[in-house]
Amino acid sequence: MSLNRVLVPVKRVVDYAVKIRVAGGKVDTNVKHSMNPFDEIAIEEAVRLKEKKLAKEVIALTVGPSKSNETLRTALAMGADRGVHIEVPEGSEVLPLQVAKLIKAVAEKEKPELLLLGKQAIDDDSSQTGQMLAGLLGWPQATFASKVEVAGDKLTVTREVDGGLETIASKLPAVVTTDLRLNEPRYATLPNIMKAKKKKVEKLTPKDLGVDVTPTIETVKVIEPPKRAGGIKVESVDELLSKLKNEARVL
Amino acid sequence: MRLLRLRGRIPGCLSASSQGRTLPASLAACPRIFAPRRSFTVARTSCAAHSPVLTADRYPHLKRDTRYKALTDEDIAFFKSVIKSDAGVITADRPDELEPFNEDWMRRFRGQSKVVLRPKTAAEVAALLKYCNEHRLAVVPQGGNTGLVGGSVPVHDEIVLSLQNMNEIRSFDEVSGILTCDAGCVLEVLDNWLAERGYMMPLDLGAKGSCQIGGNVATNAGGLRLLRYGSLHGTVLSMEVVLPDGRIVELGQPLRKDNTGYDLKQLFIGSEGTLGIITAVSILTPRRPKAVNVAMLGVSTFEGVQEVFKHAKGELNEILSAFEFFDHTCLNLVKHHIPNVREPFTTQTPFYVLIETNGSNKDHDDEKLAVFLENLMTEGVVEDGALAQDSTQAAGMWSIRETITESLAKEGGNYKYDLSVPVPHLYSVVEEMQERLASVGLFDKNGSATGRVKHVVGFGHMGDGNLHLNLTSTGWAKDIDEAIEPFLYEIIQKHGGSISAEHGLGLMKAPYLQYSKSEAFIELMRSMKSVFDPNGILNPYKYFPPLSK
Repeated sequence: MSLNRVLVPVKRVVDYAVKIRVAGGKVDTNVKHSMNPFDEIAIEEAVRLKEKKLAKEVIALTVGPSKSNETLRTALAMGADRGVHIEVPEGSEVLPLQVAKLIKAVAEKEKPELLLLGKQAIDDDSSQTGQMLAGLLGWPQATFASKVEVAGDKLTVTREVDGGLETIASKLPAVVTTDLRLNEPRYATLPNIMKAKKKKVEKLTPKDLGVDVTPTIETVKVIEPPKRAGGIKVESVDELLSKLKNEARVL
Repeated sequence: MRLLRLRGRIPGCLSASSQGRTLPASLAACPRIFAPRRSFTVARTSCAAHSPVLTADRYPHLKRDTRYKALTDEDIAFFKSVIKSDAGVITADRPDELEPFNEDWMRRFRGQSKVVLRPKTAAEVAALLKYCNEHRLAVVPQGGNTGLVGGSVPVHDEIVLSLQNMNEIRSFDEVSGILTCDAGCVLEVLDNWLAERGYMMPLDLGAKGSCQIGGNVATNAGGLRLLRYGSLHGTVLSMEVVLPDGRIVELGQPLRKDNTGYDLKQLFIGSEGTLGIITAVSILTPRRPKAVNVAMLGVSTFEGVQEVFKHAKGELNEILSAFEFFDHTCLNLVKHHIPNVREPFTTQTPFYVLIETNGSNKDHDDEKLAVFLENLMTEGVVEDGALAQDSTQAAGMWSIRETITESLAKEGGNYKYDLSVPVPHLYSVVEEMQERLASVGLFDKNGSATGRVKHVVGFGHMGDGNLHLNLTSTGWAKDIDEAIEPFLYEIIQKHGGSISAEHGLGLMKAPYLQYSKSEAFIELMRSMKSVFDPNGILNPYKYFPPLSK
C-alpha cells in the first residue's frame, strides 16, 4: 500500500558556504546559489520512500525566477520524477504566507498524500511555510522531523524538540518539515543527471493559480552585524597573563 | 626600486575571515553534512616518548661539519640584542617551545638545534644572518615546517631561523592583482584575505593552513591548481631576499613584464633555503572564479583515466582548474581513517578522478560540463560519477582527495615518493613497485595487506604528470628501504622522469639527484651556491648529493 504522490517544495538560496554581504541596503545575491540544505533532505526522504515502494511519484516544486530551474534539476537528478516551476520576476520576494498559498494551490491540483518541506530556508530562517501551509489546508503537521515512517495512511514522526525527541502519530494527508538529522542527501550521480534531462518540468505563474503574491510584510532595513573588533597577538605568556589581569580583568 | 610599502599594517590579515554565516544552532551543531573544506594544520606535541630518532643517529654518515662553530652564550646575547623580545629567541631552557621546530611534519626527522630565532623584519634577518655568516654558524631557514623531504629542520645543531613572525601583507593592487607580502604569511590566510577582494592565491595545497608563502616559493610548491594557474616560476614577480653577507636585495620588480637583467629570482624559487632567505614575495594573483564545479568519476583502467583527461582538455578547455586521480586503495584508506567521509557514488572502480572547473560565468561552465559528462557516460569512458550540487558537496569531494595523505600517515610506516614521468607510464610505476616488493616477499599483490609492506598506492596531479607513490608498512626498516631504493629511482631514470616532481630534494632526495640531473648540471649548481653562500652556512647537509663518491 503506497502513497500516490509526495510533493516536495524546494527553494533556491544563497549557498551555505558563502559569506553574506550587505551592499546598498540589500543582501548581495551575485554569489553562488544552491538548493536549501533542508530541502535537499526533504527530497532525499521522498526519494527514499519511493525506493522503499512506499510512494509512487515524487514531485519537486519551486517558486522563483527562471534560475530556480537549476534547483529543480538538482531535485530531479536526486530522483524526483517531475518538476513544477512557479515562475516570478527576477528580484521579486515571495514571503512564506504567499508561498504557502501557492503550494496549497498546487497541492489541490496534484492531490499528494504527503507534503515534505525543509523546516526553514537558510536565507530568511522563517520556519513558517510548512506550518502556515498545514493551517491553510487544514492538514496535520509534524515539524522538525528527524524520523519519518509511513504505513498505509498512518504517519509516525519523531520530532526534535528543545527537551529531546517527541514521537507523534497522525493520519495522512499531512505536512512534514525536515530537520538536519533526518537523513544525509545523496549526491547527484551521472546516470541520474542524464535521466533528469528527460523529466518534465511544468511552468506556471502565480496568476495561473489565482494567488496574489504581493508581500504583506515590508523589509525596512538590512544591515550587517557590527564588525568584530580585531584580536591582538601577544608576544609571550607573561604578556597574556598581564593583559588578562589588568585589561580584561578576568583574573 | 623598492617594493611598495603601505604605512602601517593592513589590518585583519592575521584573522582568517569566518566562513558561512550565523546558522540556526541545530545546523551549526551538526557538521557532518556541512563540514568545511579540510586543510590540515600542523599539530604540535612534544612528547618525548613519541619523538622520532635523531636524524644524526639515523644517518650517521652525515657527520657534523667541523667548519661550523658551536653556539655560545655570546651568540645568544647578540641574537637577543637584535630581536628585542623574549619570545623572538627560543633557547634550550624552554624545550617545549623549542622542540617542535626540530621535528618535521612527518615526524621522521629530528634535529638538535639549541636556539630558534623569530625575527620580525628583514633588517633583523639581515643582522642575524650576517652575524652567523661571520661566525660560521649554520642556519636552517624555516617556514611552516610542512615539507615532506626533511628540508626544513636541522640535522645537527644548526640554528633555526623561523619566518613565522614576519606575516604582514605589505600591499595589494586591485587592478593588476599583484600582492606583496612578508614571507611568513600563511597561505590560507592570504587566500582568505584575497577572497574578500575577489582574488585568490594561484596555488593550493593540503598544507595551506600551516605552510607559509616564503616556504612555498623556496620549495617551488606545486599543488592542486598548477594545471590552471601555472607554477610559482610564472606567478612570482619579484622577491626580497637576505643574503648571508647581510645584504637585503630585491630580485626583480613587482611588474608583469620586465626584461632587464638575469632573472635571478628563478634561482631562488625552489632553492630550498640554500642561497639566501626569502623575506618578502610579490605574486600575481588571479581573480577568484564566480563559478566552481567539482565532479568525481569512477574509471576502470588507467588508460581510461587518460581518456577522461583528453576529453577534459578538449571539452572543458580553459575552465579546467584541477585534474586529480587516486586509486581504489586510497579511497578505502580514507574511508577507514577519516570520520564522516561519504562516497559520492557507490560503484567501486579501480581508479577515481576528481575534476574541478573555475570560470566567470556559471551558465557557460554548466553547459560545457554537461556536454563533457554526457560524452563520458555515453562513450562508456567512465563507469559512474557524481557532480557536486553545492559548495558543501564540492568540499566533501575535495576532502576525499585531500585526506589521502593523512590516512596514509595514520596507517603508519609511510614511505612517500613524489615523481614525474610521462603520463602514459604514470601508474606503471606503481605496478612495477608492487611487482618488485612482491618478488622479495614484502608485499601481497592480492590485496590482503598482510605483507610487511601493507599497501602500495598511487594518487596525484594527473594533469601535471605527477604521481605521489606511497607505501605503508609495519614500520620503517632497512630491508624495506633497500627494496624500494634505488630501484624506484632507476625506474624513474629509465622513463626520463624526475625523482622529485614537487616535494623537492631536502635531506631525503639529495643523494639521488644524479638519477635526474647530469654531473655538469650539478657542477653548475655548486658554482651558484658558492656565489651566494660561499661559507655554506645555509641549510647544510641537504639539496646537494654528497661530494665523495
